[in-house]
This record gives sequence, structure tokens and C-alpha cells, in this order.
Amino acid sequence: MLKNIKSEILETNVGVLLVATMIAISIGGMVEIAPLFLMKDTVEKVEGVRPYTPLELRGRDIYIREGCYLCHSQMIRPFRDEQLRYGHYSLAAESKYDHPFQWGSKRTGPDLARVGAKYSNEWHVQHLIAPRSVVPESVMPNYPWLLTTPLDYSDLQDRLRALRITGVPYSASQVEYEQNVKQFGAATAKELDIAQAQKNLIAQAEAGNYDGDHSGISEMDALVAYLQVLGTMVDFSKIKPEDLVKYR
Amino acid sequence: MSESHAALAEQYDYDIIKKFSIMAIVWAVVGMAAGVYIASELTWPFLNFDIPYLTFGRFRPVHTGAVIFGFGGSALFATSYYVVQRTCQTRLWGGGLIPFTFWGWQAIIVLAAVSYVLGFSQGREYAEMEWPIDLLIEVVWVAYLAIFVGTLMKRKQPHIYVANWFYLGFILATALLHTFNNLAVPIGLFSMKSYSLFSGTQDAMVQWWYGHNAVGFFLTAAFLGMMYYFVPKHAGRPVYSYRLSIVHFWALSFMYMWVGTHHLHWTALPDWASTLGATFSIMLLLPSWGGMINGIMTLSGAWDKLRNDYVMRFLIVALSFYGMSTFEGPLMSLKDVNALSHYTDWTVGHVHSGALGWVAMISFGSLYHMVPDLWRTKMHSDRLVGVHFWLATIGVLLYITAMWISGISQGLMWRAFDDYGNLQYSFVESVAAMHPFYMMRAIGGVFFLTGMCVMAYNIYMTIRQGVRQADAATQTAAVAAA
Repeated sequence: MLKNIKSEILETNVGVLLVATMIAISIGGMVEIAPLFLMKDTVEKVEGVRPYTPLELRGRDIYIREGCYLCHSQMIRPFRDEQLRYGHYSLAAESKYDHPFQWGSKRTGPDLARVGAKYSNEWHVQHLIAPRSVVPESVMPNYPWLLTTPLDYSDLQDRLRALRITGVPYSASQVEYEQNVKQFGAATAKELDIAQAQKNLIAQAEAGNYDGDHSGISEMDALVAYLQVLGTMVDFSKIKPEDLVKYR
Repeated sequence: MSESHAALAEQYDYDIIKKFSIMAIVWAVVGMAAGVYIASELTWPFLNFDIPYLTFGRFRPVHTGAVIFGFGGSALFATSYYVVQRTCQTRLWGGGLIPFTFWGWQAIIVLAAVSYVLGFSQGREYAEMEWPIDLLIEVVWVAYLAIFVGTLMKRKQPHIYVANWFYLGFILATALLHTFNNLAVPIGLFSMKSYSLFSGTQDAMVQWWYGHNAVGFFLTAAFLGMMYYFVPKHAGRPVYSYRLSIVHFWALSFMYMWVGTHHLHWTALPDWASTLGATFSIMLLLPSWGGMINGIMTLSGAWDKLRNDYVMRFLIVALSFYGMSTFEGPLMSLKDVNALSHYTDWTVGHVHSGALGWVAMISFGSLYHMVPDLWRTKMHSDRLVGVHFWLATIGVLLYITAMWISGISQGLMWRAFDDYGNLQYSFVESVAAMHPFYMMRAIGGVFFLTGMCVMAYNIYMTIRQGVRQADAATQTAAVAAA
């Protein structure tokens, strides 16, 4: 009875219907989302996770541009088969600097969360140019233009500044730089200095020579640099499994 | 038909509905053609042609954007404007805002598609549009809300009809989801590129809260609004249970918003959140099936209509797929099932049984009912409606069967161990094994697309016929007046 009376009010007043609907649709999201920002054990405290270097970041931008996440996940689940195939299950901490996250939802190709350091740079370059030349059954598109397109890093500092606003600790001042030295060590802190971004990118691309071509910095350099760092930041030999379990 | 064309044109704004109906059909053909193309790329990868703009990764959002927002969105604008006017017995409120929603929305679909092939993407599924397009969506959406609420406010009926609750719920929820999921920091005022405000786990949570409710509200609640008008209208019978429709609406609105986390089972999202999502997913079965029963039972006493009325068949088969998908969904949200199904083609099949079976079929039925009324004529060919019905049904069945087989095979192959405890298959063996099913899926898509083209032709001929009849009537009237 009570229900019918209430329903009558809702169904004859637009304003009441609107407010009641807003309340009904807001609760679920609030209960599930807000605690993730407030609860301290949502993201593990582990050593090693750092923001991407400028070159890796540009590689990640290309990964997003080409829609790689539509066929490759970056989230290893805690199952025996995934442990054997891909490695240790993914931690929340490992994507804490990922804006946006790239966990994916589909494995048309294999998971890439720990692809870093598994294959040589040469393999990656060959595989990206012509996947079927190394994996005959693959259905991945060829990406030959990555090697021939010079990497655009003219707006690099804008990118780092935008990420800094979202909370990634790229340093814009001496104080922030020193905080990074404390948190990540001097070598990494230098990589995170916004003022030195272009210089750092060039230095990493030249030292790494990811695309095997010394003539310039290509998009291939950046993408391979990104792929090679995936899943390599945390040293699992130093972590006891029981320390991680409580975060799940 | 006692009401004259001129009087009706004055009573209701049909022009905007006509425009959106035509674009719904155009985007359906475009979006489904893109779908067939990307399905073929997965079968025959040479189709990527080493052209950046055509690669699967850039083209897939073109497909999802064109079918969800182009076809689905235009169909929802059209039917909601139709339903709200007819059930409130009043003309649309909004003046210049009304054409703005049309041109704004079409611009969004075109800009999104062009930006995807050029490589602008937020990297968030079903929300790939970059920030300038997101802002345009926000503005159009607020105009849409204003028009809808404004029209409800000047209704000539004391009671707001149930279909309108669902449309209103969809508009509000979409506004909420779109706003929070697209919070991002642009790298500059003159750059398309932005970075999401959230990261990692929190970002995943927000994205799948959006992602699943794009399904829950954009692709379900809104199309239920369609169902609650067109099924009873076409059957010529009242909705089976008014009480059930109240329960359906409130339970669905409340529960859907909790279930997104079932996309994140076994991930780095804390267990409590995904468990909560699974719990609500299972509970959601009840309102979903309540709604399906409410729709199907509306036909009780008029079952004979199914025998020769293909429009009715579209509507009822859509409800059957709705029931099937809303059973499969909770099943896949169980953690043990999800451990097998997640990351596989099973998910893709599930989405399409909902998208093709439910969303597209209910839209086809509604458009076949609405278009002849808008142009004051009869369908050009009822037989071609029947041809479309069978092509579409065969297409969906081929599609989802292929994806069930490939999805479950992938899941089983990935977790198979040999006698020595090693992985039995390399990843690429599972890719190779999927080839025949990917071909079958592409063929299913061709069936569905062919049916869609038949519909486009039939609707085109119907409109032409309607326009000619109207012209003839005007001439006769002019001659009589002279």
C-alpha cells in the first residue's frame, strides 16, 4: 500500500522522479569508488615502481594511439597457468602511475604486463614491423610506419606537466626534485625532471638504440622502450608473498 | 487514421524524429560494415593493408562508436522524442535546442570516428573520444535532458508513462557516467591529447563503472523505454503488469550501478569491490527477467500476431535475447566462470547477443512501427521485413555460437596442463585454433549487415512513397481550393 502511494507521487511529479532516480543511480558508484581513494591498503607499498621516463611515456602514448589495449591485456591474474605463462600476478602498485590504466579486457594476443626484458629489442622491432615473420600464426597488424616516423617530442614538457597535475611526481622545482631523489634515488630523479625532459629522452634513445637505427629517434624507439620496461620495475625476489596477500 | 497530417504536424514535432530515424539507419549500416571489416581483419590480417588508419586497433572504436552512439544513440533520440510527445500528448519543448541535439550529436559521431582513425584516443573502452568531443557531448546531453524534462513538464496527462521513466533514467545516468569517466587533464588548449585524472586501480574502477553502465543504461534502460512503448502499442494491448514495471524500473536503476566491477575479477582491484559487483550482478537477474516477462506477457491474448507480423517478431525475439543475455551476464559474473571466460571471445559473444539480439532487434521493430507513422504511409514491403528478420536472426545465432566455441576453447586451452605439469599450449596455438570461428563470426556479421541493408532499402522506399503520397494529397487539395 505504502509503495503505491509513494509511486503515485513519483509518477506525477517530474522533479521528484528526477531526484529519486538520481539518488537510486548514485549510491552504487559512491559505495564502490570512494573507498578506493580513501583506503590505504588499496595499492601495495612496494619498492621499485617509478613514473615512466620521457621516452617510455611517449612509447606508452603510441601504445594507446594504436589501440593495443583492445587486443592485449596488462593484468596477470593469480592463477597457476598465468603464473607459468606470464609471471607473477600484477600488483595494483605496478599501474599506479598509469593514466589511463591499460589493464585491457581481451586477449586476442597475449598479456603484456611482464613482456619487458623477455625478448630482445631486435625481436620487438621485427615483430612490430611484420608479426607473421616471427610468429606465423599471428593475426596482429603490421606496424611498419613506427620505424620510419620520427618521434615527435616537441610537446613533451606539456605532457609531463599535465601528468604532474594528475599526481605523477615529475618535478617542476628544486624542492620536488629533491623529494624525488629521496623517493626514487638520484638517477631516476634526473629522469623525472621536467626541465630536462627533451635532453633525457634523446639520451635514453641514443644509449638504448631500441630500433637498431642510429640515424634518428623513431616512434619505434619509444614503443620498444615502453614495452621493455613493462613489468620489470618490481623485484619479486625481495618480496615475501605473505606481504602481498593482505592487499587482495 | 482520423487525424489529418497537417493537424498532427502541428500537434507533434515529427521533423526531428524523422531526421534521427534516418541517421539511425545510416549509422547502423556504417557501424555494422565497420564491424564486419574488423572481424575480417582478425580472420585475414592482410586486410590491415599496412595502413595506419585501417588497423584493427584504430578501427575498432569506429565500429563501437558508430553502432552504440551513432545507431543506438540516434534510435534513442528518435524514439524518446516520439514517445515523450505521444504519451504526454504535447509538442516537444525546447525550440532551437531541438535541432541542436541533432546536429550536435551527428557531429560528435563523425568527429569521434575521424579522430580515432587519426590516432586520437583516450585509451578507455567505449569512451575513446578525446576531451574536446567529450565536452561537446556534455553540452548536447544537457540540451537533451532539458528538452526531455521540459516536455514532461508541459504534459497534458497527470501521469508520466513508464517508458519515460526509463528514458529519463538513461539520460541522467549517462550524464553522470560520462562526466566522471572522462575527467582528464589536457596537455594544452590546442591539443587533442589528455591524460586521465585517475590512475591504475581507481581508474579501472571508474572506467568499468562507466563501461558496464553504458551497457546498463545506454543499451538497456533506454531500450526498455522503447520496449514499454512499442510492444504494447504494436500489440494493441496494455502493459502486462503496472506493478512489475515499477519494480523493474527502480530495482534496475539502483542495482545496475553496482555491477561494473565484475569486469575486474581477479585483477588488482580489491576483492571486496569485485565481490560486491558479482553479488549485485546475480540479484540483477530478477528485475531483468521481471522486465522481460512484463514485455512478453503483454502479448498474452494476442499471440496470433506473432504468426504473420514480422515487426512483432522483432520485438519478441529482442525480448528473448534480452532474457538470454541477462541470464548469461550474471553467470559470467561468477568468479569461477569469469576465471575461464574473462579475456576470451565469450565476452565478445555475450556483448553481441545483447547488442545485436536485444538492442538492434528492438530498434528494428520500433523503427518499422514508427517510420510508416511518421511519413503517414505503409511499409513499402512487409515481405522484405520478413527477409530482414531471418537474415538478422541467422546472423546473431552464427555470431554468438562462433564466439561461445572460440571463447570457451581459448579459456580451456590457456589453462590446460600436460602430464608433466607444464602448459599444454603456447598462446599462439590458441590464436591459430580460433581461425575457423573467426571466419564463422565474420559470416554471421555479413548476414546481419545484409539484413540491415535490406532494411535501409525498404525504409528508403517507404519514405519515398510517403513523400509522394503527401505531395499528391497537397496537389489535390490545391486543385480543390482553386
